[in-house]
Order: sequence, then structure tokens, then C-alpha cells
Amino acid sequence: MLRCENLTQAYRSGAGTLTVLQDISFGVSPGEFLAIVGPSGSGKTTLLGLLAGLDRPASGEVWLDGNPLSTMNEDERAALRGARVGFVFQSYQLIPTLTALENVQVPLELRGESDPARAHALLERVGLGDRTGHYPAQLSGGEQQRVALARAFSTQPKVLFADEPTGNLDQRTGAGIIELMTDLNREAGTTLVLVTHDPELAGRARRILRLADGRLVSDTAA
Amino acid sequence: MTLRALLRLAWREGRASRRRLLLLVAAIATGTAALVAINTFTANLRTAVSGEARSLLGADLAFASRTAPTDALRRLADSLACAGAAPCDARATVTTFGAMGYVPSRAGVRLVRVTAVEGSWPFFGKISTSPAGVWPQLQSARVALVDPAFLTALGASVGDTLALGALRVPIAGTVDHVPGDVGIATAFGPRVFIPGALVPETGLLGFGARAEYDTYLRLPAGAEVEAIADTLRPTLRPERVRVRTVEDEQRNLGNALERLGRFLGLVALVALLLGGLGVGSAIHVLIRQKMDTVAVLRCLGGSSRQVFTLFLVQAAGIGLLGSGIGAAIGLGIQQLLPRVLGEFLPVTVPTTVSWPALATGLGLGLWTAIAFALIPLLGVRKISPLATLRRPYEAETRPPRDRWTVLATLALALSVLLMAVVQAGNAMRGAAFAAGIGLAIAGLWLSAFALVRGLRKWFPHRLSYVWRQGLANLYRPANQTVSVVLSLGFGSFLLATLLLVQHNLLRSLRVDGSSRRPNLILFDIQPDQAAGVDSLLRARTLDPTPAVPIVPMRIQSIGGRSVQDYSRDTTEVEGRPAGWALRREYRSTYRDSAVASERVITGSWWGAGPDSAGAPVSISVEVGLAEELGVSIGDEITWDVQGVPVPSRVTSLREVDWARFETNFFVVFRPGALEAAPQTLVTLVRVDSAAERGLIQRAVVERFANISALDLSTVQRALDDILGKVGAAIRFMAFFTLAAGLVVLLGSLATSRAQRLRETVLLKTLGASRAQVVRVAVAEYLALGTLAALAGLVLAVGSGWALAQWLFETKFALPVAPMLVLAAGVVTLTVGVGLWSSVDLFRRTPLDALRNE
Repeated sequence: MLRCENLTQAYRSGAGTLTVLQDISFGVSPGEFLAIVGPSGSGKTTLLGLLAGLDRPASGEVWLDGNPLSTMNEDERAALRGARVGFVFQSYQLIPTLTALENVQVPLELRGESDPARAHALLERVGLGDRTGHYPAQLSGGEQQRVALARAFSTQPKVLFADEPTGNLDQRTGAGIIELMTDLNREAGTTLVLVTHDPELAGRARRILRLADGRLVSDTAA
Repeated sequence: MTLRALLRLAWREGRASRRRLLLLVAAIATGTAALVAINTFTANLRTAVSGEARSLLGADLAFASRTAPTDALRRLADSLACAGAAPCDARATVTTFGAMGYVPSRAGVRLVRVTAVEGSWPFFGKISTSPAGVWPQLQSARVALVDPAFLTALGASVGDTLALGALRVPIAGTVDHVPGDVGIATAFGPRVFIPGALVPETGLLGFGARAEYDTYLRLPAGAEVEAIADTLRPTLRPERVRVRTVEDEQRNLGNALERLGRFLGLVALVALLLGGLGVGSAIHVLIRQKMDTVAVLRCLGGSSRQVFTLFLVQAAGIGLLGSGIGAAIGLGIQQLLPRVLGEFLPVTVPTTVSWPALATGLGLGLWTAIAFALIPLLGVRKISPLATLRRPYEAETRPPRDRWTVLATLALALSVLLMAVVQAGNAMRGAAFAAGIGLAIAGLWLSAFALVRGLRKWFPHRLSYVWRQGLANLYRPANQTVSVVLSLGFGSFLLATLLLVQHNLLRSLRVDGSSRRPNLILFDIQPDQAAGVDSLLRARTLDPTPAVPIVPMRIQSIGGRSVQDYSRDTTEVEGRPAGWALRREYRSTYRDSAVASERVITGSWWGAGPDSAGAPVSISVEVGLAEELGVSIGDEITWDVQGVPVPSRVTSLREVDWARFETNFFVVFRPGALEAAPQTLVTLVRVDSAAERGLIQRAVVERFANISALDLSTVQRALDDILGKVGAAIRFMAFFTLAAGLVVLLGSLATSRAQRLRETVLLKTLGASRAQVVRVAVAEYLALGTLAALAGLVLAVGSGWALAQWLFETKFALPVAPMLVLAAGVVTLTVGVGLWSSVDLFRRTPLDALRNE
């Protein structure tokens, strides 16, 4: 489903270059639940971005659902994301000028499709069936993250990337979100890639990748 | 905190948002530049007028009249200028009249303004000619000097022979500059200068000809010019002789130019105020984004007052920098203004630095920034240190409604009023202008608000996603839609109003190609020439209108009271006839029916045939004149028709559409009383081709030298030219307001940059292509530009209609195509500026969305 080989990322900074990721290789099978953990600055988010095709690596290659990302241009990668990938972010990233229902529909609409019934059903599924017309500002943090989850599943993605999805939430709400995410994952057979530094959250994954200083230090099955 | 520490902190705090602050600086700079430029120009103009005052008149004292100076007047002049010595070389007489001038060896003919000079006028100032030094030849030789425009029009050159009535003289050179003359005046008729002694030879000043006679005097050194003028006026006024002095001239000219300068200055002030509005709106948003900074500063022990002062210092810094840069740019632009306005200026305007204008510009720029920033800044005081720990979602920093806010609002309103008064140079006009600005801003704000509200209420849910997203962005949190629409809208409003006024003024004179309305007018036809003119025109298969008689006359008495009585009477009485209307010469006609361009509104038109014998003749008076004279139906007016008293009675009042190119009259007589009076005739004719019009004018002039012809297309061109140039001057200033609007737009884009970046990148992450992201932005700016253009145009149509209705008194017409072009221009600019400022946003990779967390 997802494979990367010899992935290296470096940024120019001042005189020298700053290597953020070095020679990372691994593969993820369909339906797998993978957690990437590591301390701040270890390159977790950079890795996630490269896996999702949000950025280009300095060297190495990523295959997403069989597509080599380096041969695709930005728009092709965007189209691929729109079709196969879902995202959940730490700070929800909803569009403030759209209602919950409209936010859930955005990925579909970007593809020129529309399926309000499905968006509605997804909001029902995350427990917000009665809040569809509300704007993000009228929702609590947990509710916003649930809208973001519904949005992530709206295109029936093959891979769901989650970046610290509970980072801004209290423990109970966070646990609810994780519950929901793993349930949806199971129901839809989606591959789940989770970035976190919360050991408890990581513990729920079936496989854990540990990063330190941009290197892969361990790859263990839970 | 010491002042130094405060300044240092203000500087460090502003460092991070320098790009945004620089745009606010630009907003203030734009208005200040316009203000400094126009005020410096006005100051220099004033200096130039007073410096050249004596050459504006060309003499110390002048007598102006509509009739040739009497012997008595000449003797009076000689006694003043030369103490009676003869010949008197300190007196000169200049006769000015309209005539048809041509060059026999060339085709064509032009209506010219003949200036016949007798004596060594001007006594002060220099007339520049080419070749240089030919001016004095007018005193001794048989030559003519002409405007270069005359030669150009006829394709003639220096050395050719000029034909003016029966006179034939060689053209010795061209006159390039006459002190006190306004360049634009040649648009109506180029000047031709001939020696005064040759006037009789032209044979043109026969009965019915209009001429102005000016007697210029150079007084002995030390003469009290004003005192002399004051003693002469009461005795000369009844003789219809006007006394002019250098001081009068300077005052009149100064007033006229001052008004032009003041008006342009007020337009510049609008640009500055729009900049201020942009600053206020941007600071409102900026404060909201700086909540964290403020809360941290408060946590670290800053008092709310210190924090408030910190941001106020920043605002003052913006104002100081902005007005400084603006003043420098303004001094540069000022060099251009004489070129834009040159044709209206009788003097050469220097481009020196005017310190008062510079100081005013700096002061107003600084004050605008502070006054507009004050209200949003007051919100800073209410930000609690607690916000470092818990920041309420979508926190409001709306300034609380306490007494400080009320004070700041009052201060702002008062500032605007004060600035308008300073700029208008007069309390009443300033207040009226401030009220006008307030009204326009309120109107724009209302339409912008209504449009945004309407958009939200009736959101077009059926549109495709990118459009909906773009439109929804207009009311994203911390949006500045209304302030951008307001500032861009004001620029559009000014430009559109100018366009409407110009269009409506010119339209009333335009004769389109298919129209059969006359376009050539022949006047000063003597009764014995009428048949000849008619047959000349008919020989060319033309169909002239029946000749209309014109009888010159003056008012002798109204209701038995003589005009002299009125003139002497200095007590102001309500309803007393106005001086000018009493003393002017009337050119009246007689006919038995009303014409298409007039409408009787009170009384009734007379029937066929004359009044009964012995009764005063019935007359119909134009309603505006009746008001000025204070007469109504039944009142008696006795006319002086070339020395013969003709009693009349007002039997009807008419409304006249003066804008029509037809023969219209203030007073129409019932036939029967004026037939025997000395008169001239006017006839109008429609001639389709311009070449044919030229040939006919020439043919008429060659046979009947005294007849003048006016080609409507020439008048139109002249008006087009003048209005075009006035328009250009005002547009020049109006563009500053549009520029200020664009800067405000840029400022608001810069303030919402972080948010727009987040949105763009988020959409990309969710699978949007770059084209889709760009289309969302296009939709947003397209909507913004359209709202602004629409709000501006709606208001402009209102003000244009009002101006047409009440000021110009013409029917209002909406030039749809030019208005649409203007709107399209504003929209294109908005979209262009919006996209241009977002180019780098579109390039950012989606990973930024994750990184920025």
C-alpha cells in the first residue's frame, strides 16, 4: 500500500544543509495501523509529509498505492491525495467560512463530485448528525476534530494520515477520537499512519516505527 | 518605562510584521503625496499671480466698456495718465471683437477673436512673439500677428495675407504668449492682433456687432491707484464703464485659481482619509492577531496603559514615515502639475518647495494615522494577561463602548471636519465637504454592507465549489471586506461621477450624424443681406431655417422706475432687480408662436396679429430672468431700443432649454412693435460634411464680410477639449484615491496573509490542484472588485443624476458602455493586485500546513 526506499530529506539552512531524514526505508501493508513516534525534531512530521506527497524528498522514492510519487507533478500528487488519502491534523484545519457539512464535502467537491447524503451519514457516524449546519467557530475542539475525521473518510481513502490528532484535546475527548478513528479504520479497511509522541496512543497501533535524529531506530510489532 | 525603552520595544515588536506595516505606511504616503503636491502647487500659483500681477492687466488701471470710449472718457484717461499732455503715450486702447478671418490663398475660414491695439499696450509684462520683437510693429506698420493655432487651422504661414472683412494685411508673425491670457481660451477662437488704426478699414464694426473696448492707463509713479479707481467707479458705472485695477485682477484670478486648487486639494484629502480608513481597519485586525503578544507583555508586568502606548507609538511611526515619504513623492509630483493644468494658467508657475504646504501635509498625514488607529487600539487595553493561558476561540477585540471610545470617535469626527476646513480654507465649505465625505462614505458603507449581507443571506449554493469557497472567503473571520470595498469604491465613485458629468455636459450639445438638426449658424446678417444669404445657401441645395431677427436693447425702466434709480439705490431690498440683469444688453426677437425649445409656464402666449394700438407690446420673459428682475405677469418694462423707448407688458413666463443648439431668447416680443427697429438676422442650416461647411462659410464671408459663422462641430471640439482637460486634472487627483484604495486592498491582503496561506495549503493537502486554488482566489477578488465597482457606480449614478438635475439642469443620461469599461477596469485591477500579491502563496508546498502548527 505504502512503501519508501532510502528516503532522505535535507534543507538548506544558512551556510550548510540540515539533514532532517536520513535513508529511511520501510513498507506498509493494506489495512495496517502504523504509528510513527519519536521526540520533537526527530523528523516525524517531515516523514509524514513525504509519505503523503506533500513535499518532494532530496533523494529516495515513495510509492503510494503503487504510484511512484517522484515522477508525478504537484497537481498529479494533489489528485492522488484527493482520491486515495485522508488527513487528520492536530489543529483540525477546518475551513472557517464553511459549515460542518460543507467542510466534509470539500474533498469530494474538489473532484467535481457531490454526495451530501454521504457527508450527512458520516457526520451521523461521528455523532454530529444534529450539528451539520454549524460553523467551526460554533463547535468545540473535539467536535471540530470529529468533523475533520468525517472529512477524512468522505472520499473512502485507502490511507489515512493523522498528525497528533489528539494533541489539542483533553484526554477523554482524545480517547474518543482515537476510538472513532480505529473503528472507522476497521470498518473501511483503511491503512492508518499515525504520528504521535504519546506512548499510550502509539500503543494502540499494531506496529511502531521509532525515529531519532532523522534515522529509523526501531520497527516493532506491538 | 522610559521613552527610549518604549521606542525600542515598539521598534522590535513591529519588526516581525514589517511588510504589513510598510503597506500601512504606503496608504498614508499616497494621500500625503497628493496633498503636498496640490498644496505646494497652489502656494506657488499664488506667488506667481502676485508676482506677475501688474503684467496680468498690463497697466495700472483700465476702463472696460461695450461701446466705443466717448471723448469725455478719453479726456479723463489722458488727464489721469499724462496730466492732459497730448499725445498721451501712457494711454492705450484695445478693441476686441469676433470676426471671420481667412487667408485668400488658402481654403477655409476661422471665427477669430480680433484684438486691435492702439498705443503701446501692454505697459507691463512682455508679449512674446516669433520671430521675436515683431510686437511693436503693430504701432506703426500695416501688419497682423496671429495665434499659431490660426495658421495651423488654415495651413497658412507667416508672410501670407490675412483677410478680415475688407482689410488685407500681411501676417508678420505669431504671438506665443500674452501675459494674463489663458491657453485654453484659443479653443473657442484663435486671437488675431491688428493695429487699432486699421479697424475702420475692416468695415466690421457696423450695426449689431459686439465689441469690447478697453482703455489701458499707466499712471504716474506714486499714484494711489485704488483710491482713484474708487472715486471713478460711482460716476462711470451708470455710463456702463467698468474700472479695473491690478488688485481687482489679482483678486479675481487668485480667487478662481484658489478655488481650483482648493477643490483638487479636497480630492487629495479624500485619498488621505481613505488611507486612514485602511490603517484603522488593518490595525483592528492586527491587534486581534497580536493578542498573544499583548497578553505576554501584560504577564511580564506591562500595564495596559504601557501596552496601549506601545502600539500607539507604532501607529505614530507609521504616520510619520508615511507622511514623510508621501511629502517627498508629493514634491516630485508637484513638478508635473503645471503640465497637467498649464492650459488654464495665465502665469508660469514655479516649482519651488512651499514649507507651509509641506508642514500641512506632514501634519495631516501623521494625524490621520493616529486618529484612525485610536479606536481599534483602545481594544488593546482590555486584553487580559489570562489570554496567555487560555485564549478564547475567535476572541473578539472589539473596542469596548466606554467613554474613551466615545472620546476617540468624537476626536476622529472632529479631525476629519478640521482637516476639511483647513483644506477648504473656509469653515462653511469645509463643513459641507466633510458632510459630503461622510455622506458618500455612509452611502458606500451601506451599499458594501448590504452587498456582503445579501451575499451571505442569498448565498448562491448552486455555484461550483471553487466559486462558493471564493465568495465564502469574503466573510471569513477578521475579514476587511467592507473597508476594502469602501476604499476601492470611493475611487470608482469619484471617477464614475466625473465620467457622468462630462458625458452629460457634452451630450446636450452633441448632434449625431443621422440628426437633421442644424449644425451651422450664421449671424450678424444685415436685413438687406438676408435674401442674398438665403439664395446662396439654396443654390447649394441647402434648406436654411427662416431668418430670426435680433434687436439689441436695454432696460430703461421697470414699473416706471428707471434703471439709474436702481443703480443709485444702495439699500438692499428683497426682490430688488439684480445689477447685471438691469444693465446688460438684451438681444430680443419678435415672433407670433413659441418654438420647440421653450414652454410657457405662466400666463399665455399671444394670438395672431399685433397688440391693439397704443397699448404696451406683449412680451414673454424667461422664468429665471423674471426672477432676477423681480417681475411677474402684468408688470411693465420700458425698453431702450437704440434710443427709442418701447413700453411693454409681461404676458407670459417661459422655460427655455438653453442646451439646445438653437436661437433662444430671454425676451420675446409680440410682432408689431419692433419690425422697424435696427436689427440683424440669424439663420441656421444643416450641412452634413465638414468640408462643405468650410466651403459655405468661406463663400458667405467672401460675399458678406460682416457675417460670422459658428460651426457646431468646432464648438463641440472646443468644449470636448476644455472638459477633457478639466477632467484630466480632476482625474489625476481621483486616481490617487483609487491608488489609496488599492494600497488598502494590499494592506488587507497582507494582514490576512497567514490565514490565506493556511487555507491555500489545506485545500492543496485535501487534493486541490494549483488551478483550483488560483480559481478560488480569482473568485474572491472578482467578487471583491465587483462589489467595490458596483457600490461606487451605484453612488456615482446618484450623485451624477443630482448634479445633472440641479447643477447643470440637463436631462440625465447613463453612458452604459463607458461605465462598464470603468467597472471592468476596477475589477481587473482588484483581481490583478490580489493575484499578484498571492503568487507566492500558490507556490508553497502543502507541508507548510503541518509545519506551521
